[in-house]
Amino acid sequence: MRPPSVPSPGDDVEATEAVGSPAPASAALEALYQERILEHFRHPRGKGSLSAPDVVATARNPLCGEDVTIMASLDRTAEGDRVREVRFMSDGCSITQASASMMTDLVRGRTPDAIDDLAALLRAVVRGDPAAARDETLGPLVALSALARVPARIACAMLPWEALAQGLAAGRRRPAASGQRPAVRSDPNG
Amino acid sequence: MRRADFPLLVRQPRLRYLDSAATAQKPAAVLDAEREFYETSYANPHRGAYALSTRATECYREARHTVAQFFGIADDGRLIFTRGTTDSLNLVAATWGRTHVAAGDEIVVTRLEHHANFVPWQQLALERGARFRIAELTADGRVDLDHLRSLLSSRTRIVAIAHVSNVLGTISPIAEIAALAHAVGALVVVDGAQGAPHLQVDVDALDADFYAFSGHKMGSPTGIGGLIGRRHILEQMPPYQTGGDMIALVGDDRTTWNVLPHKFEAGTPNVGAAVGLGAAVSYLERIGMDAVREHERTLIASAMAQLSALPGVRIYGPPANDRSGVVSFTIDGVHAHDLATVLDGERICIRAGHHCTQPLHRRLGVAATARASFFVYSDASDVDALIVGVGRAQAIFAAPPVSGIRAPLSTTPHAASVSSESR
Repeated sequence: MRPPSVPSPGDDVEATEAVGSPAPASAALEALYQERILEHFRHPRGKGSLSAPDVVATARNPLCGEDVTIMASLDRTAEGDRVREVRFMSDGCSITQASASMMTDLVRGRTPDAIDDLAALLRAVVRGDPAAARDETLGPLVALSALARVPARIACAMLPWEALAQGLAAGRRRPAASGQRPAVRSDPNG
Repeated sequence: MRRADFPLLVRQPRLRYLDSAATAQKPAAVLDAEREFYETSYANPHRGAYALSTRATECYREARHTVAQFFGIADDGRLIFTRGTTDSLNLVAATWGRTHVAAGDEIVVTRLEHHANFVPWQQLALERGARFRIAELTADGRVDLDHLRSLLSSRTRIVAIAHVSNVLGTISPIAEIAALAHAVGALVVVDGAQGAPHLQVDVDALDADFYAFSGHKMGSPTGIGGLIGRRHILEQMPPYQTGGDMIALVGDDRTTWNVLPHKFEAGTPNVGAAVGLGAAVSYLERIGMDAVREHERTLIASAMAQLSALPGVRIYGPPANDRSGVVSFTIDGVHAHDLATVLDGERICIRAGHHCTQPLHRRLGVAATARASFFVYSDASDVDALIVGVGRAQAIFAAPPVSGIRAPLSTTPHAASVSSESR
């Protein structure tokens, strides 16, 4: 066996807590549970439902079993769809709810393609891309850049975006004029 | 109590590992035994053309004997080495189940089963046209024996039950349930994943027809576990997998099977892990399973008392004396996943989620709970750290008072509304 005096990844090294430590250092925790995120958790925007949504989709986090259901109404124009309003329903964790809350503010008036781009940008940010984190289109989502140091929670932040993307993709696969109502399962666990 | 025996915990002195129900850390005795085996005795067992292979075979045989003794089994052939509990339960479903469950028969499970002792039976029932029935729980999280009894009939083929719930910690009265099942001619299949590491288990005293367990929750390497059955039942069963080692004679158009336990162990066995499992049960026997149980009972009683004294904490399951070293709980205003992250920041490892028991969590009415679980290396300072950490999480999430954060949804989290639609 390795002599105990030789530190290796995974050993506690008191002076340099971050070395090889998979646990989030407390600075990362403070960044994650900063007021900008907790405030959205406590006062979620867009939480609830729409009476006549054009899009309804649910995504589930297989890790914890929580889910997010989103409803969106669309403005359908000759140039394509734009999101008019989004609501979400979830009992999920603070990260899921804060991300969903910010999302309902940010996607209003955007096209599905622009929303896909924003979700991709957020994904890059939470994975630690520093250039992406400087992108001004993130708005309040920049607070979620703290997840780069708490990767176990990335799925929580992306869950509402997955639900919305799946809902919009299902809506896009058919012409607006058709009366069909395709049912698309968006639960990754089926 | 035994932290010094576990190298990972020695090297990370501030780590508070409270996820032993998911998997246990490994004592040096196990790591040393496995390494010693690979360095002195490793070859493919049962290929005894040379002395080294004979030695490997002997190590494998000894490991089986040690583990069988641990479970009170005198006939080593009744212990099949598998990949673990999931593998063992699927083995029973795929062999005994497929040959003995017919259309119109019934399979009974309970509400607290882990998916590994739920889904194989559900799928077997669907495949065979059998009826799948779920025994519900009492308000304090025990199997409701009156309800279970009401589900049993001459059509019942299998009663599948966890020895210990991985969420509620409930220790089920297996012998009593076996008597009910046997009275109607059904077999009892026990998921011992959470029983074997924490309780003195005498499989025949429990009167279980099958007892499945995982080594990794007992301190062994991953990838090894076992299935203990009754010899006459195992002998009637068709093989699970076919191939090397499990055959007696392979003709051009037919094959005969090896004797027990080899009939159910196709392919090169995980002999190194089996040696590790033998060392793990020897380690537990040196402590004594009664001492393990008492140690964990003390910890769980302390954890439950301290948790329930905190505001907004809800504990699920029976009182400490009737449960193993597992406590699952929720905190008002703090999601289990957030609690786990906050605790992780304090180097405290807990599980958050449904713990592979979605049918149970649906009944509890929550999608996710937080779970702390203990083993021989846990001590009172782990419990203290947990309580402090829960308090820290509550402080982070203590809101300027706001209404509506946890407002009930118009749909339940598990409603089948998983559709996207557009007009």
